[in-house]
Amino acid sequence: MAAKRKTPVKSRNPDLIRGVGKYSRSKMYHKRGLWAIKAKNGGVFPRHDPKPKAPAAAEKPPKFYPAEDVKKPLLNKRKPKPTKLRASITPGTVLILLAGRFMGKRVVFLKQLPSGLLLVTGPFKINGVPLRRVNQSYVIATSTKVDLSGVNVEKFDDKYFAKEVDKKKKKSEGEFFEAEKEDKKKLPEDKKEDQKSVDASLIKSIEGVPELKAYLAARFSLKSGMKPHELVF
Amino acid sequence: PFKRYVEIGRVALVNYGKDYGKLVVIVDVVDQNRALVDAPDTVRSQMNFKRLTLTDIKIDINRVPKKKTLIDAMEKADVKNKWENSSWGRKLIVQKRRASLNDFDRFKLMLAKIKVSRSFIYFSILHHFHAMFS
Repeated sequence: MAAKRKTPVKSRNPDLIRGVGKYSRSKMYHKRGLWAIKAKNGGVFPRHDPKPKAPAAAEKPPKFYPAEDVKKPLLNKRKPKPTKLRASITPGTVLILLAGRFMGKRVVFLKQLPSGLLLVTGPFKINGVPLRRVNQSYVIATSTKVDLSGVNVEKFDDKYFAKEVDKKKKKSEGEFFEAEKEDKKKLPEDKKEDQKSVDASLIKSIEGVPELKAYLAARFSLKSGMKPHELVF
Repeated sequence: PFKRYVEIGRVALVNYGKDYGKLVVIVDVVDQNRALVDAPDTVRSQMNFKRLTLTDIKIDINRVPKKKTLIDAMEKADVKNKWENSSWGRKLIVQKRRASLNDFDRFKLMLAKIKVSRSFIYFSILHHFHAMFS
């Protein structure tokens, strides 16, 4: 390809109506400066011969031919966007988890990850919820907000939470009959450090608000007479 | 037997419909079932009596007063303050406040209630002790 401009040119031929340009072919020839390119090249439009291609590797004939022609599926270049965040969920909002191990816990929302899940933390010292991903549907957003000014969550994304892949060990006959040794998975130290650094400034801003710490430490539950559709969260 | 009558100038509370919870003044009676009703912030309209609950408050107006006259009469009778200081009015305000409580507010309320009951228990035990030994 010839050298590209720093900014791609918008069409030099504005539309009068869709499909009809303002300038004729000859005018456009002049506008694009093709006469100048030709003059620079000695009256002939410059030709670029195709670059010599590296020899393609010899293809093996396939092992298997399908009985009838198989259709090639259409190309799909779709990139899914992260789920639309509810307007009530903003960084620093206190959320109530509705399902899972930490059901009923009140937790601080940090940010939305590229997969659409919400990054959330207890903070760990207050209610035992670590840095965790949570789905928006399993959460009630309260209107209580915590100040997140000192917190840096740039480094967390979905890859941080990926499960570690254990290399499969080949078992010999004798080991099959032994009881499987379960070594407890220890949390790596750097994850603990991450938790501490995120929580440090969070806890300070939480302690600034009276009774907020006890609020986050307590679990939410429906009591007699509470009607969820009438409750203001 | 009846103490609150439908009359021109009677203040009533709307208990059904779009204007639920608003105070209105009966400015005219249409027929056996309906009244012409007006308030400073609503358009004058007819309402069935079944949608109204009469209050104790009555203001001094003529039949179907102009809006300005109505507002002046309400100011003179001090309807707003009379209502907000009446036990019925105060109850409604408390109900509204309770319904609008945040989850965090409800938590703080619970802590406050526990505090009060604990101090009461402490005081009553102290009192009991004192009574036992005196």
